[in-house]
Amino acid sequence: MTEAQTFDFELVSPEEKLISEPASMIVIPGEEGDFGVLPNHSALVSSIRPGVIEIFANDNDEEPRRIFVSGGFADVSETNCTILAEEAINVKDLSKGDLEQTIRNLTEDIGMAEGDADKTRIEQKLALTKSKLEAVTGQIAL
Amino acid sequence: MANLKEYRDRIVSVKSTRKITAAMKMVAASKLKKAQEQAEQSQPYATSMAEMMGRVASNIDVGPGSSPLLVGTGKSDVTLFIVVTADRGLCGGFNSNLARRAKLEAQTLERDGKEFKFLCVGRKGYEALKRDYEGHIIKSFTGIGGKNRIAFSEADEIAQFILEQFEAGEFDVCKLVYNDFKSILTQTPVEQQLIPFKAPESEEANDNDSEEQEEKAALFYDFEPDEQEILGQLLPKNLGVQIFRALLDSAAGEQAARMTAMDNATRNAGDMINNLTLQYNRARQAAITTELIEIISGAEAV
Repeated sequence: MTEAQTFDFELVSPEEKLISEPASMIVIPGEEGDFGVLPNHSALVSSIRPGVIEIFANDNDEEPRRIFVSGGFADVSETNCTILAEEAINVKDLSKGDLEQTIRNLTEDIGMAEGDADKTRIEQKLALTKSKLEAVTGQIAL
Repeated sequence: MANLKEYRDRIVSVKSTRKITAAMKMVAASKLKKAQEQAEQSQPYATSMAEMMGRVASNIDVGPGSSPLLVGTGKSDVTLFIVVTADRGLCGGFNSNLARRAKLEAQTLERDGKEFKFLCVGRKGYEALKRDYEGHIIKSFTGIGGKNRIAFSEADEIAQFILEQFEAGEFDVCKLVYNDFKSILTQTPVEQQLIPFKAPESEEANDNDSEEQEEKAALFYDFEPDEQEILGQLLPKNLGVQIFRALLDSAAGEQAARMTAMDNATRNAGDMINNLTLQYNRARQAAITTELIEIISGAEAV
């Protein structure tokens, strides 16, 4: 590779555009497995499971930005990568202690839930919090 | 001089009304700015979502196996109207125009012998429809946006409720009726079909854009998981996005309508004060003249 190649990366939430910057590689937690996006990637539309997106600003970037998304969609073309996510949080802003506390609270709530609809909602929340926790601890393990 | 005092009191009261309407206008203007900013910020997501929907839809065969959100239930017996209005009044014809539009739609369906239901977003719409169609209102959401920004989760909550109702077979067609924010001066009631999904005929898609879109659509796309499944996930999400957009549009429109209405009210109050002052001065002069005549004729009699 003669010169560092980048492509336009965008992270959009329904309320605002969160990130819009050039990147050399993005790792996306796809519905059917993680995948990396480099410049000139073939056109692809994929849904995203809750997990961490890693953004490498350039080829020598050793510390990618890690952003947790609660699911959404990725739209990749040769020069663009747009991610639609309902919720996006910087992994740095997540605290392990808080998340563990939330998980404990939610587990208690499930026992007290009235009705199936209520239970499903709490279970969904719990699963989301658990994947957030994985995102945090995964980083520590690095 | 009871007459003169009456005039004075009225002038004072109109002046204080003018102060209030002027203040409301200022408040609406600043809220409008915020609402417009928010509407602008949410634009990229809606655009990307629409592009993606277009891409998936152009790569898919719409058949009987497709999601009912796309092809419908095959009937159009029951229509659900989502009526988006404001929680507060004093904004000109904003709420009443929309309620009238919703009623008109309902009457058309009634004539055709079809059923309809209402889901009200905003207190004013609920109040207006309650009079004639109380039995048709299945739910009412109020307090959207609270004092600050409208959160996407609020739109999503409405979308979830609609999806539940749809899955339960409560209605076949779902239409969104809201005030479209055309400009600060005009907000027009529009209706948009949500279920079965119909790509809105966007006015922005001028020649350049549509050519561009065609080019993009011509690209071969990979889908992961397959098209049907992605579309199955996109459609419910899109419902929330459309509702969110309508809420934002309506919020901006409400403030714009209030601003215009209060501007008019302030100006009318000014005119009224001028008129009253003129009448007051006339009455005062007349009183002075009468007094003078009395004094003069009294002096002459001596």
